This record gives sequence, C-alpha cells and structure tokens, in this order.
Amino acid sequence: MAGTGEGKKEEADYKRLHSFPLIRHTDMPEEMRVETMELCVTACEKFATNNESAAKMIKESMDKKFGSSWHVVIGEGFGFEVTHEVKNLLYMFFGGSLAVCVWKCS
Amino acid sequence: MPVPSSNAASVKKSSNVQKAPGAKPTKTASKKKDEEEGVENGDGWDEWSHGKALTKPADQLELTETELKEEITRILTANNPHAPQNIVRYSFKERSYKPISVVDQMAVHFVLEGSLLHQDSDEARRLRAKEGLAEETAKVDAGAEPDEEKPETPATPVEDGGEVEEAGEEDRPDSVASKTDKKEPKVTNQFNFSERASQTLNNPLRERTCQTEPPPRSIFSATANQWEIYDVYVEELHKQEKNKEKLKAAPSKKDGERSKKRMMLTETQSDDITKVAKATKIFERMVNQNTFDDIAQDFKYFEDASDEFRDQEGTLLPLWKFQYDKAKRLSVTALCWNQKYQDLFAVGMGSYDFNKQGRGMLVFYSLKNSAFPEYIYATSSSVLCLDIHEQHSYLVAVGFYNGCVAVFNLKEEGLDSVYKSTAKTGKHTDPVWQVRWQNDDMDNNHNFYSVSSDGRVVSWTLVKNELVFTDIIRLSLNGAVPEGPEGTQQPSIACGTSFDFHKQIDYLFLVGTEEGKIHKCSKTYSSQFLETYNAHSMAVDAVKWNHFHPKVFISCSSDWTVKIWDHTINTPMFTFDLNAAVGDVAWSPYSSTVFAAVTTDGTVHVFDLNINKYEAICQQPVVSKKKTKLTHVEFNPIYPIVIVGDDRGYVTSLKLSPNLRKKPKAKKGQELPKGPEVEVAKMEKLLSLLREPEQSTV
Repeated sequence: MAGTGEGKKEEADYKRLHSFPLIRHTDMPEEMRVETMELCVTACEKFATNNESAAKMIKESMDKKFGSSWHVVIGEGFGFEVTHEVKNLLYMFFGGSLAVCVWKCS
Repeated sequence: MPVPSSNAASVKKSSNVQKAPGAKPTKTASKKKDEEEGVENGDGWDEWSHGKALTKPADQLELTETELKEEITRILTANNPHAPQNIVRYSFKERSYKPISVVDQMAVHFVLEGSLLHQDSDEARRLRAKEGLAEETAKVDAGAEPDEEKPETPATPVEDGGEVEEAGEEDRPDSVASKTDKKEPKVTNQFNFSERASQTLNNPLRERTCQTEPPPRSIFSATANQWEIYDVYVEELHKQEKNKEKLKAAPSKKDGERSKKRMMLTETQSDDITKVAKATKIFERMVNQNTFDDIAQDFKYFEDASDEFRDQEGTLLPLWKFQYDKAKRLSVTALCWNQKYQDLFAVGMGSYDFNKQGRGMLVFYSLKNSAFPEYIYATSSSVLCLDIHEQHSYLVAVGFYNGCVAVFNLKEEGLDSVYKSTAKTGKHTDPVWQVRWQNDDMDNNHNFYSVSSDGRVVSWTLVKNELVFTDIIRLSLNGAVPEGPEGTQQPSIACGTSFDFHKQIDYLFLVGTEEGKIHKCSKTYSSQFLETYNAHSMAVDAVKWNHFHPKVFISCSSDWTVKIWDHTINTPMFTFDLNAAVGDVAWSPYSSTVFAAVTTDGTVHVFDLNINKYEAICQQPVVSKKKTKLTHVEFNPIYPIVIVGDDRGYVTSLKLSPNLRKKPKAKKGQELPKGPEVEVAKMEKLLSLLREPEQSTV
C-alpha cells in the first residue's frame, strides 16, 4: 500500500483514524465487555512492541477479575477456532492492525 | 531404670525375666557388678519373705505331745535381762566409784538399710551410669533360675500386673538410654503408675458425589489479518459518519420518544396505584372485620336467649351501621340486596322533599366492610329507586327524581351510568318511583319496567348502547286509560308510586298510585285495568306480592296502614294501623306469613300472621324517634337480617331474634300436621286457612 508520498499520507491518516478499539464479536454482558475492552487497550498501549507481554498482562488480569482460565491471543494475523464458555468471549481489533481475542475456557 | 533401691530393682528384674523368659543372655561380666552393688539376690531373701513348707533345723529338740502342750509361763518386760545393772564409774569429784543408774536398755535385733537415694545425689548418678550393664546382669541372674521362681507367682498376683507393665515401661527408656547414652530417661513413679488404653470406634466413611452440568460452551472461529482489520475499520468509520448525520437530523425524534417513555411511566405508575388499591381494599376489610369482630360474631352466632321466656315477641339486634360521609345529608330512598353476592346491597340516596331536591348518590355496601362503600356513583338528581338484576348482578337499574332511568354496570370502570334515558327516548316527566328488572325478552335483551308520577308504566330494553322504551300503560283516575290524544286526558292522569310484578303470572302486575288506589294490570292490555282496589286514603308507598302465595299481596301507605290482600277480592283481608306513616313494607323470604314494615316514627314492625293476626310480634324503635324517619326495609335473601334505611342517610342492619324466624315454623308444624318444608304448598294452605275466616266475615 505504501510506496508513494500519497500512500504514506494515507497510511498516517489511516493510523490516526483507526486507533480506536473496535469490537468485532463478543457475547459478554455489557459491564464485563467494557472492562475487558479497556483492559485490552491498556495492555496493548503499555506493551506496544511486545504482544506477548500484553497478552500475558491481559490474561493475568482477567484471571484475577473473572476467575481462571482465560486465554488471550494478540497478533496482526492469525486464524483460530476456539471453544469458549458462553458469555466469555471477546474478539476485537485495536490500533488499526492488531487483533485481540480473549476467551475463557477452563 | 529409675533410681529405686537396688533391692527392689533386683526383685523386679527377676520378675521381669520371669515373664519374658526368652530374654537374651548376657555377658557374665555384668554379674559381678551386680554383686558389687550389694544387691541381695533372689533366693534367701525371697524364701524369707514368703514362708514355704515347714523345714526343721537339725538340732531341734524332739518333744513329746505332753511336753509340747505344757504351758510355760514367761513374762515379757521392758527390762533388758542382758543389760548390766552394776556398772560403776569413778567420780573424781567424790573420789569414789558410783553406780550408774541409767543403763542403755536398747538391743538391736535387726537392721535394714534404706535403699532410697536422692535422684540428684552423686551416688544415684553413679548408679545410673552403671545401670545399662546392671540390667543385663539381672536378666542373666533371673534367666538362670526361672523355674525356681515360678511357684511364687500365684502368691503375688496383684503385684504381677503392675510389675509387668512397669517392666515394659522401664525397659524402653532403658534401651533408649543405652542407645543415646546420656539421655536421661523419664523416671516414673513405679509404685503409683498405671497405663490405660482403649480402642474407639471409627465412624464409617461415606462417599457423596454429585454431577453438575458443565458451563455451556460454544465454538468461535475467525481469521485475523491486516486486510480484514482494515475493512472492518473502514466500515465502522462509514457507519459512524452516517450516524452523525442522523443525529443531527433527528434530535427532535428522540425527544418525542422520551416524552412517550414518560407517558408510559405515568401510566405504569397509575397501574401501580390500582394494584395497591386492591391490596388495601382487602386490608381494609381485614381491619374492619377485626375492629367489628364482636358484631361479626353476633351476626353469625348470637341468638337472643331471652326469646324463650317471651311468648311470641322477638327482638331485633342492631348490627353494623352503614354511612358514607359524602352522602350525609341525603336520605335513603331505596334498598336492594344483591341476589348473587348476599353480603352486598345497594343503597339509593336522595331526597323525598320536594323543596330540597339536589344531587343523589348510589352506593354499594358489603357486610364485610361497614366502614366504606364498595362502589360509589354520584348522580346529579336524587335516586328514588333501584333494582339489581337477579341473574346479572352487575346490572343496576336506577330511577331518578328528574324522571330519568339509568343502568349502571358495576363491572365497568367509570363514574357514570352505561345507559340513560333522555327526553328524546321517552324519559318520564315526573319522578320515577320504582324500577324492576324483568326476564330477558325474546331477543335476549335485558329489560326493566319503571313507574312514575307522570302516570306511565314504561318498559325499557337495553339494546346495544341505548335504552329503547315502550309504554305499557297509562294510569288515569277513571280507571281505564283511553288511547285518545294525550292533551285531553291530561287532568285525569293518576300518579303511579309503586308497582310489583306477579311472581308466577308473567303478565300480571300491580300499580299503587298517589291517590291511594291499587290497580291490577296486565302487560298485554294497556287499555284497561283488570281490577282496582280502593286501598288507601293516601299515596301507596309500596305494594308487594307474597313470595310464596300467588294470590296475596301487601300494600302500605302514608295513611298509617298496612293492608294484606287477596287479589281476587277487592277488600283487604288484614288491616294494620301502625300509628305512623308507613314508609315501606317487605315480605320475608323464609316465611309467607312474616313481613316487616317501617314507619316514620323510627320503628320497625315485624308481623307474623301465623302467630298474631292483630298486632306485631316485634315493635322496636331503631333510631331516635324525634329526628329520624325510617324510609325503607329489606330482608336479606338468606341471612336472618333486615336492613333499614332512614332519612339521614344511615342504613342499619338488624338481626332477627329466633322468635321472629324460627318459632313460626315450629308453630306452623303444630297447627298443620302436614307441615313439612315443602314451601309453596304449605304456605298456600296456611293462607287459605287465613283467608277463610276473613271471607266469612266479609
């Protein structure tokens, strides 16, 4: 996509515009969803360069807040099929290039 | 091994071994040490303490029997025969020998050294240091001679157990001591020691398990990659933009929604109130039944015991009193029991005074709540009469002073009538004095009749949402009512004040008029009366057919009289003068001969013709004479109570004492041997009996 000057500009624009968290799929109740989303945002911002640490942080916090066993995947490209406990799944995008999937299955 | 005397220790050791004969043999070196300790070992000592078979010393004298039996007297004295008595000592003072008076008389026969040692003393320590070896020695000692000692054991059974235990006890610390060398064994008190143990039951173990459903799960799959993420973001941004536009366009819409919501809220709130209202209504009843518990008890159970001592007279027991604040100035103009719910009755309120006409009121009370009406309808004109439909007890027909008739439906909420006659639809021009529901007509429409001062008897039919009227008859002074133009007949119009329909003969009815006449009419002939009775000299206030006997009816009037008629005879069969204007009269539902009348002097009269043909069996003032007039009376269809209304708006319920309702039946039974409870037949006979003497006199 990048390459020309226009492309760069476009990219910057895109990054600026697409910085907000976007929930792609979830079945959590309202309160839990908001909390989880905020947690993901915080984690991804804190460890902007290290997805592994971010995932670890999210997993540990979720374990604490909502009981074990949570699983977190953060990445720019991946496919998955997971089994989760109902009302305990959140799949969201963040920062224009990150996908975060959080689910619980014990 | 603790520190006890070596003597005791040796004893124990020997017994110890004796119990455990298989004890390991030990070195001979230990034996020496044992002897060094001065431990007196086994044999001699043991034999001394426990006497055995008699053994004689070799040098014993052999004596004959007689010699043995010979008594030799010896005296034991405290004096020592061996003590010298002639000891002298040289006294330098007196320079001569002097005998010493005090001689030591003590002789020592036996000495046994104590063997107790203080635990901390040097000797004891030394002893202990040796003990490890000493024990072994002892075992060897004992091991050598177990057979000798065995016979002893039965002699010391008590000691045995203790010793065994002690031995067991003592062995252990010993061995430990020998192993750990310098560890001090615990010293137990060997003479006062016992060990107890018991085995307790262990509760059996149980297993309990349950299986729960696992939390529900589902499967989710997706693929995350850059282009997908990008697409989603772009889409979302588009949406957001659209939303923004919409928001700008429709803020007013939201406001509308909000106001709608508010409306909903208020509606639900009012709903809440009605819900609470139902609960409070129930609660009110409960509270009232609590407060007036004594009355309720009287209503149900009280029987006036004094009746037995009166011949015939009975009494009336006042029960609840009903009043409604907003209807205080109005007088009771109509009463009617609900046939379906026998605790419910309707009260029409208004005024009979021509000068004080105004509002009226229709209220419904229940015996279960005397404090407040069940239903309240305020009307613009005085209510003069009402009737509750027998089958459809929610339908109430009402006649007003202004000539209107209306129908109220208790089922429907709202404060107004569901049907009302208007000037267009044949409304009466004068007060309506009585209304009465009839059986449904051919088309199953409800219908009722009304009678008014304007001389018309009108049938009203409830059709969909209007009242359809039919004139049944026009009353005139002359009797027959010509069908001619109304204008010409105007002056001769008679004013109907009351009517009643025959219980069995559908078409037959009676109309009482203001002039005091009673007309027997038919629904089918509007042109003429079947009969006219010159009944009273003043307006007929009420006319009613008997509940049982098809020929008999009763009438009352302001001319102070109550009259009973056979409709086939145009003179009264009975006439009662009550000394006051009679407001209302009512047949009882349980006996054909019992009726009640109320007079303006505030008295209730109850008659039973069967008991007394000449005067009332109960005359009881129920309100203060001077101020209050009674206007109406009505029997409850099943309970033995009557309600009476007065002109101050009060309704009083009265319980009939047993004499007023029970004895008549009994007496009837006596008079008429056939007297079973086959109601109609019995009453007919009774009444024919009543009629005959009258006929003979007439």
